[in-house]
Amino acid sequence: MSKPLLQVRNLTTKFGDGPGAVTAVNNVSFEVSAGETLAIVGESGSGKSVTALSILRLVPDPPGRITAGEIIFDGIELTKLKEEEMRAIRGNRIAMIFQEPMTSLNPSLTIGLQIGEPINLHKGLSWSKAFDKAKELLDRVRMPDARSRLETHPHQFSGGMRQRIMIAMALACQPKLIIADEPTTALDVTVQAQILELLKELTRETGSALMLITHDLGVVARYADRVCVMYGGKVIETASANDLYAKPMHPYTRGLMHSIPRLDEPAGRRLVPIKGQPPNLAQLPPGCAFNPRCGETVDRCRRDVPDLMKAADNHMHACWVAPHV
Amino acid sequence: MSDVMTQERPQGGVKSNVILDVQDLKIHFPVHGGLLQREVGTVKAVDGVSFQVHEGETLGLVGESGCGKSTTGLAVLRMLPVTAGKIVFEGVDITHYNQNQMRPIRRRIQMVYQDPFGSLDPRMTVGDIIGEPLEIHKLHGRKAERRERVMALLEMVGLRHDMIDRYPHQFSGGQRQRISIARALAVEPRLLICDEPVSALDVSIQAQVVNLFQELQEKLGISSIFVAHDLAVVRHVSQRIAVMYLGTIVEISTRDELYANPKHPYTKALMAAIPVPNPLVEAGRAHQTIQGEVPSAQRPPPGCRFHPRCPMAMPVCKEKTPELKQEGRGMVACHLFT
Repeated sequence: MSKPLLQVRNLTTKFGDGPGAVTAVNNVSFEVSAGETLAIVGESGSGKSVTALSILRLVPDPPGRITAGEIIFDGIELTKLKEEEMRAIRGNRIAMIFQEPMTSLNPSLTIGLQIGEPINLHKGLSWSKAFDKAKELLDRVRMPDARSRLETHPHQFSGGMRQRIMIAMALACQPKLIIADEPTTALDVTVQAQILELLKELTRETGSALMLITHDLGVVARYADRVCVMYGGKVIETASANDLYAKPMHPYTRGLMHSIPRLDEPAGRRLVPIKGQPPNLAQLPPGCAFNPRCGETVDRCRRDVPDLMKAADNHMHACWVAPHV
Repeated sequence: MSDVMTQERPQGGVKSNVILDVQDLKIHFPVHGGLLQREVGTVKAVDGVSFQVHEGETLGLVGESGCGKSTTGLAVLRMLPVTAGKIVFEGVDITHYNQNQMRPIRRRIQMVYQDPFGSLDPRMTVGDIIGEPLEIHKLHGRKAERRERVMALLEMVGLRHDMIDRYPHQFSGGQRQRISIARALAVEPRLLICDEPVSALDVSIQAQVVNLFQELQEKLGISSIFVAHDLAVVRHVSQRIAVMYLGTIVEISTRDELYANPKHPYTKALMAAIPVPNPLVEAGRAHQTIQGEVPSAQRPPPGCRFHPRCPMAMPVCKEKTPELKQEGRGMVACHLFT
């Protein structure tokens, strides 16, 4: 097998110092292969967004910083790069799409300038060529009337159209990896479906890998090849999407599956919620972070922190109780 | 009205009483613009909506942003001026009630909001928050009595007695939503209007609150309107569901009928757009059946408002507005069924 495109090894990202420090990402390891879609799924505070920001070295410092681990992208160790070197990678070889397109677009610049900028900057194309390319990209994200739209400003677009612009910007330099952080959470469901279909189709065409960060297990089932489930700053289970849904092993993953209302089940079914509240990262319980909410604990769960263990081929979980080999 | 409005409740067996009757409700907002801030247009947020809520029943109002579902909820509480139509609550026409006349009604109709952070006063303790409606409506006059009632309410929504003296910031989102529900239930309302009460919550917590709603419905037999954008959530708490699009109801039906046999192309598109958490099921499903986005409510398309996005649109759809008509066990507003 060829080397993965992205290898994250033992990544740890902390916020603050001393006893009040919060470990948002705690010893996280995973890989993304060229062309695949990896979903990182978790609830608020699970560390999924900070993981994405860490890869791009966009964690605000202070208070945040990467305290341990390696991020190897296409053979380059990103944590060791200088800011200028990182800038040559961001938006060029790794692109990012955020949840709220309005906060990531500059309200005072035209769409053409914003899509053209990375092309001009990273690829060294003249502005007139960059504009042609921008028009082409808008066509590809199915923006009607692309040529005249180049002259317009972000506020003239709806949320769905703005997210199309973000996708056009992300594709501008033919990145090998696109990181999309909850790209459709702010959109209506029918628009969400359109945007995700578009993203899937375009990444398939260009061969870009996609790291899709989401809280929505339905979206994961529809679009992901592989999945990492995060809880309390750690990856607690990882498997192919088919295996994860067919045989979730970590009690948290199973709990999540039982708590979601779904259209493919009888309406009368009572949801089975996970009891209790998500953990406070500043005061994690000893042992497994999920143990206070787990119905299957043994003594060890309250004492030792479990790391990912192999359960089957390409299926790992961090649970002392679930079967492993 | 038709059958669907008066049909038997699933668990009932007898035809139940209508406690809320909304007739041809219109809520229009003026749009001001230009140098002199003259009125330059109207947003027809709700444009001719009719439905009933029966005793002990939960009606789900579903749709995407701008469909008028929240506006409809607020209008029932008379928190917005009504442009036209009628709101009849417990047999009394409250459409033109003033604030004074509304006060006793507001004891009978309570509201739970989406944002469990913005809707609780950070400077009040939980006891004061839940006790305030009792004080306003002069129920359980003595302080000790009130405190006892608040304790009982905390228990009802799954919170501990000793939480009574804490402040909202000491609670998580799910717990705050429980506090909002306890506050709404304090005055024993007959109708609860819930505006996206679980959309801001994490998946594992959302299930806890959905279950609480189900329990309370069974225990208290309270009627409610459950406003939400998520068809999967609504299905768990509603007996009947109205699907809204651009200020109108396009389909209204019993839960089982709507999900087993959606009729309006928009209802079908909404269902297809919601992914099912099972990759094997997803592989065989159509994902996206409509294009485009919801148009502006200031200039809704002529004829059927859904026609520019509808995969089934016919020439008549551009000209004539379809009326909500009986079709099978539900009602649908679509020319395909006329």
